[in-house]
Amino acid sequence: MVSYRTPLGRARGLGSAKHGAGHWVSERVSSIALAPLVVWAVYGVLRLAAGDYGFAVHWVQAPLNATLLVLTLAISFWHMHSGMRVVVEDYIHKTLTKTALLVLNLFVCGLAGALAIFSILKVALGGA
Amino acid sequence: MTEASTTPRERPVSPHLVTGGLGSPPLWRWHITMWTSILHRATGVALYVGALIAAAWAISLAGGPDAYAGFKALLGSIPGKVVMFGLTVCVFYHLANGVRHLVWDTGHGLDVKSANASAVLVFAFAAAASLAIWGIAGMTGAL
Repeated sequence: MVSYRTPLGRARGLGSAKHGAGHWVSERVSSIALAPLVVWAVYGVLRLAAGDYGFAVHWVQAPLNATLLVLTLAISFWHMHSGMRVVVEDYIHKTLTKTALLVLNLFVCGLAGALAIFSILKVALGGA
Repeated sequence: MTEASTTPRERPVSPHLVTGGLGSPPLWRWHITMWTSILHRATGVALYVGALIAAAWAISLAGGPDAYAGFKALLGSIPGKVVMFGLTVCVFYHLANGVRHLVWDTGHGLDVKSANASAVLVFAFAAAASLAIWGIAGMTGAL
């Protein structure tokens, strides 16, 4: 089959989308932020596990705890979305299945993250 | 095989996880840096579930005393504690190995000797930190 398109014309649009570095950097930056936040979160879980409902509400209502909780949750859900995305892209090669799983990953992370952060804000702002 | 001089040598085979072909022995030796790589991904997937449990915690707290008591009873049960211990190991493993990856990203520690040594360090940290946290949990009445 003879093609009348130039080699350059055929190659255009088939290369990298130039977004790879952005994903790579965002994974690293979120992991740098999460390293101290996760250590704090483990400490938080230790405190919360030893306390009851009243203690948990009181703990979440402290401004520093509420802020760090929201940051930990937001960055965690962002980071885990990035990670699971790479897992799906590495192992699933059928276009429809891959796309469906990528959308599912985004929606699960978005919904769970939003629910968690809204719940923290509700408690922190005195709704509970 | 019969005419060793004229038949071409066997082509080099790309290293494969399981076997070099039907009935042949494994080509790829399992080594520690391979485990750290696989486990980083596996613990990441486990922590995905862990983050969903954290979201459930926040939702139950916003749901009121009864919902929160139900959630705590679930996590306080034997299966709940097993899951939480597993997640503790995953958190510390993924944290330590994540830091190892960040160090690699600066271009340091990539030679075989350093990579093997840091792998041992990561496993040791994950085990020690998990046991320490559960020891503290036992002493502070968190269990």
